[in-house]
Amino acid sequence: MRSPSALTVALLAGALGVSALLAIGLGAASVPPGQTLRYLWAALTGGAITADEVTAYQIIWQVRTPRVLLAVLVGAGLSAVGVAIQAMVRNALADPFVLGVSSGASAGAVLVGVFGGLAALGVYAVSAGAFLGALLVSALVYLASRGEGGLMPLRLVLTGVAMAFGFQAVMSLIVYFAPDGEATSTVLFWSMGGFGAATWGVLPVVAVVVLATTLLLRRDGRRLDVLALGDETSASLGVDTHRLRLKLFVLVSLATGAMVAVSGAIGFVGLVLPHLVRLWVGAAHVRVLTVAPLAGAIFMVWADLASRTLMAPRELPIGVITALVGVPVFVTLLRRRGYLFGGR
Amino acid sequence: MTLSLEEVSVSVAGRRLVRELSLTVGPDEVVGLLGPNGSGKTTALRSVYRALRPVGGAVRLDGEDLNAMPARAAARRVAALTQEGHADLDFTVAEIVALGRAPHLRGNQALSPAEHELCRRAMARMDVAHLAGRGVLSLSGGERQRVLVARALVQEPRVLILDEPTNHLDLHHQLRLLAMLRGAGLSVLVSLHDLNLAAAACDRLAVLAAGRLVACGPPHEVLTPSLLREVFGVEASVVPHPLTGVPQVLYDLTAMKGTPA
Repeated sequence: MRSPSALTVALLAGALGVSALLAIGLGAASVPPGQTLRYLWAALTGGAITADEVTAYQIIWQVRTPRVLLAVLVGAGLSAVGVAIQAMVRNALADPFVLGVSSGASAGAVLVGVFGGLAALGVYAVSAGAFLGALLVSALVYLASRGEGGLMPLRLVLTGVAMAFGFQAVMSLIVYFAPDGEATSTVLFWSMGGFGAATWGVLPVVAVVVLATTLLLRRDGRRLDVLALGDETSASLGVDTHRLRLKLFVLVSLATGAMVAVSGAIGFVGLVLPHLVRLWVGAAHVRVLTVAPLAGAIFMVWADLASRTLMAPRELPIGVITALVGVPVFVTLLRRRGYLFGGR
Repeated sequence: MTLSLEEVSVSVAGRRLVRELSLTVGPDEVVGLLGPNGSGKTTALRSVYRALRPVGGAVRLDGEDLNAMPARAAARRVAALTQEGHADLDFTVAEIVALGRAPHLRGNQALSPAEHELCRRAMARMDVAHLAGRGVLSLSGGERQRVLVARALVQEPRVLILDEPTNHLDLHHQLRLLAMLRGAGLSVLVSLHDLNLAAAACDRLAVLAAGRLVACGPPHEVLTPSLLREVFGVEASVVPHPLTGVPQVLYDLTAMKGTPA
C-alpha cells in the first residue's frame, strides 16, 4: 500500500512546528518568534531570563504553550477519530460527536459544575464529569445498537442522534433549575468548545490518549479499507466486522470523551478534515490516517489563534471559527465534481 | 479443493431460509445454483463465505469445518463476489483489486512485486486494466462487477463463490466471465438467473425451492419441462443446442396467460 511520501509528511510536520511557534508568540501580547524560542528554550533547559521578561515568559510558558499544544493534540485526535468513525458507521456525514458523546459530556460537566460532586478531583472535577458523561452515553449507545450482526452502523447513528436529544433535554433541565447563570456559560463552553482552560496538567493524559488512538487506528488501516467495502465483502476477505466495529467503538468513545472533557465539543474538524484529506491523498486509510492528524492539528492551531485574536480581548468560541470555515468548505466540496462519497 | 455443504440450515432474523442443504463442489468443477426469487440461493452462498453462520450442519473444505477456521485462513481459501452494492469511499480500481490480498498480508504490510504483478494480470484478465487509476464510484455497474471479480481472483482462492455475477454485465462480458470460470481450476459455486447460461457454463446444476434442494445433477438431467413448471412456474421447451448439445430452454409467453402475475 502506497504511503504518502516522506516529503509530504515532513513538510506537514514542519508546517505544524512553525504554526505552533507562531501561535505561541501571537496574541494580545505579541512576542516575536525569536524571543518565543528563547523562552521555550529557557523553560526546557532551565536557562535564565531577565526580571522584566517574567510576565512575557509566563504568558508564553504557562498560558499559551499548553494551550497551543492542546489545540495540536485535539485537532489531530478529532481528525483521526473522524476518519475512523466515518468508516465504522459507513456514513460520510458522521463526525466524532455523532454517537451523542458531546451531549453526554456537556450534561456531565454541567451537572458537576452546578451541583458539585467529584470534589476530591479538585480543578479536574468538571473535566472528569464530562468524561464520565461521555462514557455513559457511549455505553447506552452501545447497548441500544447491538443486534444479531454486532453493532449495526445505521442503528449506531440513529441511537447517537436520539441520545444527543435526550441529554440536551437533561442539560436544559439543569440550566432551568440551576441556582445561577453559571450553568448557561458552562453549557455554551461545552457545546462550542475552546482551549481557554488548557493547563500543563491535562496535557499528558490527552497526549497519551490521542497518540495511542491514532497509532492503533492507523495500524488497522487496511482493515478499515476492507470495512468500507461493506460487511459482506469484509466477511469474504477475512475481516471480522463485529470485532473490528467493537474495537473502533471503544477507541473512538474513549478518545472523544477525553478530548471533549478538556476542550468541549469542537465541531466540523472531525467531519470536514477527513474529506479534505481524502480529496488530497485518496481513500486508503493508511494514508488518510497519516496525513489527517497533521492537517487537523495545523488547522486547529490557526483556528484557536483566530478565536483569541479576532475579537481581542474577547475570545470567540472556537466552534464558531471551525464552523465558519468548515461549512463553506464542506458545501464547496460536496458540489465539487469528481469527489464522490457513498454514491452520486 | 472440495467444498461440501452437509445438511446446512441457515436462519436470518429467526426465519429458516435454507433447510438441510447438502451439496458438493469438487475440484475444478463449476456448480450452478438456480431457483426463483427468495428460494435461498444468496443465503446459502453467504454461509459459505462466512457472512452467516449455519444454525445446523457444516460447511467443509476438504473435510475441514470452515467455521472452525480463523477468518483470514478461510478467506485465503474461499473468495466471493457478493451482491453488495458499492464501496463507501472512492478507492481507485487498483486499490480495490489490491485489497484482495488482505487475507494474505499482515496489517498494513505492502504488496510484494509478485503480488503487484498478480493484480495486474487479474485486471487484464477481467478487462479492467485500463481503469486501474479510476475511482471505483465513477464506474458503470458492469465495470465495477468486473473489478470485483478481479479482486476475488487476486485473493488466490481454491473455492470461488459468485452471487449473480452476470448482473450488470453486457453479453460479451457475461460469456467471457462464465467461460473463464470453466478453465479457472477452482471449485466454483455460482448462482445464476439465466438458465441457458447456467446450462452452458456449469458441470452440474442445483435447484433450490423454498430453501430446499429439489434437484441436482448435470444440466440435461435437471432442466426438464416438468421441473421448470413446478419450480419456476413457467411453460418451456428444452432442446439441445445445435452445436454443443447443451440443453437450452425456450420459453412460450402465450402459455403464461391465466397464470397469476
